[in-house]
Amino acid sequence: MSMEEKQNSQTSLDFNQNIFKPTSREEIIEIVKNCYKKNIPLEINGLKSKNKIGRNFQCEKTLDLSGYKGIIDYKPEELYIKVKSGTPVKEIIEELDKNNQQLAFEPNDFGYLFSGKSDSGSIGGVVSCNFAGSRRFKVGSVRDHILGFQGINGKGETIKSGGTVVKNVTGYDLSKLISGSFGTLTILTELSIKVLPKPETSKTLVIKNPHLKKALDFLGKALSSSTDPSGGVFYPDYFGKNFVLNDLTHDGGLTALRIEGPINSVDQRLNRLSKELSLLDQEISILESEQSNIFWNRTKNLEVFKSLKSNLLRIVIPMSETLQVIQKIKNFEIKYFIDWGGSLIWASFDQLNTKILSEIKEIAKKHQGYITLIKVEEDLKASADIFTIDPIKYKISEKIKRSFDPKRIFNPGKMYTGI
Amino acid sequence: MSTLKMPKVDNAIMSKKDKIASDLRGIINSKNVLSNPDELRPFETDGLTAYRQMPLLVVMPETVEEVSQILKYCNENKVKVVPRGAGTGLSGGSMPLEDCVLMAMGKFNKIIEIDYENRCVVTQPCVTNLAITHAVQDKGFYYAPDPSSQIACSIGGNVAENSGGVHSLKYGATTNNLLGIEVVLMDGTVTKFGGKAMDAEGYDFLGLMTGSEGLLGVITEVTVKILKSPEVVKAALVGFPSIEDAGKCVAEIIAEGCIPAGMEIMDKALTKATNDYSKAGYPTDAEAMMIVEFDGTEHEVEAYIQKTKEIAEKNNSSSLKISKSNEERLKFWAGRKAAFPACGVLAPDYMCMDGSIPRGKLAEVLNEISRLSKKYNLPVANAFHAGDGNLHPLIMFDANDKESLRKCEEFGADILKYCVKVGGALTGEHGVGIEKRELMCEAFNDKDIQQQLTIKVALDPNSLLNPGKVYPILRKCAEEGRVHVHGGKTKFPDIPRF
Repeated sequence: MSMEEKQNSQTSLDFNQNIFKPTSREEIIEIVKNCYKKNIPLEINGLKSKNKIGRNFQCEKTLDLSGYKGIIDYKPEELYIKVKSGTPVKEIIEELDKNNQQLAFEPNDFGYLFSGKSDSGSIGGVVSCNFAGSRRFKVGSVRDHILGFQGINGKGETIKSGGTVVKNVTGYDLSKLISGSFGTLTILTELSIKVLPKPETSKTLVIKNPHLKKALDFLGKALSSSTDPSGGVFYPDYFGKNFVLNDLTHDGGLTALRIEGPINSVDQRLNRLSKELSLLDQEISILESEQSNIFWNRTKNLEVFKSLKSNLLRIVIPMSETLQVIQKIKNFEIKYFIDWGGSLIWASFDQLNTKILSEIKEIAKKHQGYITLIKVEEDLKASADIFTIDPIKYKISEKIKRSFDPKRIFNPGKMYTGI
Repeated sequence: MSTLKMPKVDNAIMSKKDKIASDLRGIINSKNVLSNPDELRPFETDGLTAYRQMPLLVVMPETVEEVSQILKYCNENKVKVVPRGAGTGLSGGSMPLEDCVLMAMGKFNKIIEIDYENRCVVTQPCVTNLAITHAVQDKGFYYAPDPSSQIACSIGGNVAENSGGVHSLKYGATTNNLLGIEVVLMDGTVTKFGGKAMDAEGYDFLGLMTGSEGLLGVITEVTVKILKSPEVVKAALVGFPSIEDAGKCVAEIIAEGCIPAGMEIMDKALTKATNDYSKAGYPTDAEAMMIVEFDGTEHEVEAYIQKTKEIAEKNNSSSLKISKSNEERLKFWAGRKAAFPACGVLAPDYMCMDGSIPRGKLAEVLNEISRLSKKYNLPVANAFHAGDGNLHPLIMFDANDKESLRKCEEFGADILKYCVKVGGALTGEHGVGIEKRELMCEAFNDKDIQQQLTIKVALDPNSLLNPGKVYPILRKCAEEGRVHVHGGKTKFPDIPRF
C-alpha cells in the first residue's frame, strides 16, 4: 500500500452518501463489505463514457471509480503496463506514446456517438465492455491483451488472476471471464495489459467502390493474402463525404485496407495487394501514415455516427454471412458500415421497435452471429433485451455470477434480468 | 518418487465396478467400455510418467450424445470422470484416479469443416495439432500455436491446457487462436461457446474453459482460426560472452519494435550438451546462445534481421550467423530441438521444469539457479523461450539414489518459487495438473484459490470432473513440480520436447 492509500484508508467511510468516490482499494473493500452486509446493490461506474450501453437498472448507491486512477507500473521492454481501473484510456495511450508503444486492440471511443466529442473512458470500462477496434481480426480483442487483474468480489474480498507475463497457464483464466462482463462479476481494481510496439509506418489503400458485394470480395481476398492487412472496412456512398483527406482523391463509397510495418515492407505489400486485387481498372488512393491514422481513428471512434439521434446496433457475424445479412436488414432504413474485414456491421436504424428488433436478432442468429444494442431510444430500451442469451447459457451465467457476487450487488440487471 | 496424495477413493464405487461397467455398456457400444486390467494398462499415465494409476474403467465414446449420457450417468451416480485426449500432457492432467471412469476421446478424430472464407477449421477434439496445419497447408494456411509435441498432442488437449509454443509471443497461445468450442458439462448439458463469429456476447466461457485442464467440461468440438503462411522465414544464430548480454539483447530487440516469431536462449551447459549430441555447429565457447526468427514478407524480415544484427553487435555478440536458406534455418533449430535428449546423455535422469519469468529477469533467475545448483550439488542446463519468458531448467540427477531425487525435487520447487518471486508464473505451458498443484499457494492466496474453487463448484457441484488436479490437496506447498525422464526414455520418445 502506498503512503497515499494508507492515509486514505484511515478516513472512515460515510455510508449515508449515495455516491462513493474511493481513491484507495481499502475504501472500495469497505464499501463492498457494507453493501454485502446490508444487501445494497451498487452501480459501478468508471468515466461513464459507455454507461448507456446495457440494460436500465436502478441502484441505491453508486460506486464512482474515476478517482481510483494512475499508472502503477509500466515496463516497455516487458511489453506490459499495470494500471488502476479508473485510469483514463487517454492517459494510458499518452504514456505509451512516449515509448512508441500502443494498445494494439484499438479500443472504440464511444464519446462521439453519445456526446459528440471524444471520450474514450476508463480502462476498467474498456475491459468491462470488451469492444475492440479495426485490428480485431489480426491481434484479437481487448480480452486477448489482459494479462492479469486484481479485483474485489461481491463479498469484499480481494481476488487476482494471471500476472504480467504473456505465458501463464496457472488456474482458470479469470481475466477472460471478467472482460465483457459489464461490471457484474467483480470490481476491477488493477489491470495488467499487454502493450505492443507501434508499427514503423501505416498506410492505407483506399478503393473507390460503392458496391457491398465487390467490397466483401476485396476484403476477403486481402485478409486471405500474405500481405497481412491490419484493418479492412467498407463505407457505402452516403458516408464517403465523411472522409475528406488530402490523399483521398475520390469521393463516394470506399473499401479501405490498412498495411502496417517497416516502411519498405509496407510499400512492397501495398503493391502486391493492388496486384492481387486486380485494381488496374479501379480508382484508388494511398493514404500516407498521418492520414491513414486519421482515417482509422475516425473508424474506431464511429465518427460517421457522431451525435446520432436514432439507434445503433453492433452486428457480429462470420464474414461469409455479411452480404446476406445486409440484404435482409437494409429494408429497415438503415445506414451502416462494415469493419473487422467484413465480420462486423455497425448499423443505425431510424425506426426500431421490439418487433423489428426481434426480426434482426433472428436474422443474426440464423447467420451464426449476434447483435448488441449500443444505442437505443429510451422507450425501447426499457422493453427490449440489450444482450441475447439462450436458456443454457443463462443458467451457467447465473451460477458464475453467484460464484463472484453471491448477493447480486454488482450492477444487478445490467446484462440480463436476474443476473 | 514421492507419494502423491489423490482424492479419497470411494469404496462404494470400487465395489460397484461391474454394475457401472454394465450400465455404461447400456449407454455406448459395449466394446467401447474397457474393464480388464490388460485393456486399462495403456491409460495408467500421460506424459508425466512418474505417476501411474490404473482407472476403474475406460470409456471411448463416439458421439456427443454418448459423452453427454455418460457424464449424466456418472454425475447421478457420483462416479469421478477424468477426460483424456492424446495423453501427451506433461503435468499429469489426465492421470487416472483409482475410482474414476477415464473418458478417452480418441474416437473424436475427424476434421469436420475447413472454411477458407472465414479462415477457420471446425474439428473434433482428438485431431492432432499438426493435422490441422496439414489439412490446410496446400492452400497456404496454417494453425499458429505449435507446442513442441504438436505431432501427437490433440487440439482438445491444447484447449484444456491453453498450449503455447515457440511462436506464442507473436501469435499467442491457444486461447488467442480459438473461435469456439462445444462442451459437455458434468451434468450432461451440451452447449457451444463462441463460434465462427468473433467475441460472443455475454460472459467469456470460451476463455474460462481454455486452460481449465479438464475440470469444467469435456470438449467435443473445436473451431480454430487459421492464418496465411508467412512468405519468408529467417533466423539468426547469435553467441554471447555472458547471459547478461544476451538478456539485454532480447530486451532491446523488443524495445526496437521487432516482434520475433520465435526467440530462444540456451545457456552454456545446454549449448555444449546439444552440440556434442547433435553436432549442430553451435558456438560452444559462448556463455549464452540465441536463436531469433522472423517471418513475414521479404522486406519486412530483412529489416528485422538487420536491426537484430545491429543490436546483437552492440551487445557484444561473439558470433552471429544468418540463415541463408530454409535448410540452414531448420539446422539452427534441429540442435535446439535436440536439447532435451542431449541432457539424457549427461545424467541417468533429468527433471524438466516449466516456469515463466519476465524477460528482463533472465540473468537474475539464471544466477539464482546456478547458486541453487551448487547448493544441491546437482548440475543444471537451461533453455529459455525468450520471446515469451518461458524458462525450462533441466535438472540432472539419479533417480535410483533417493537422496539425489529428494534434492532434485527441492531444487525444482525452489526454482519455481523464485520464478513467482520475480513476477513470473508457476507454469508457462505444461499446465498445473498434479505436478504443480501444491505450489499454487506460492502464486495465489487462499481467497484467490477459493474464488476459483467456487467457479468449479458452480459447474460441477459434486467435484466429479477431474478432481485432484490444479488445486492444492495438501494445503501446503509441498516440494513438487517437474517432468521426470529416466535414461533418456520418455513415455513417447518420438515426440519432440523443447
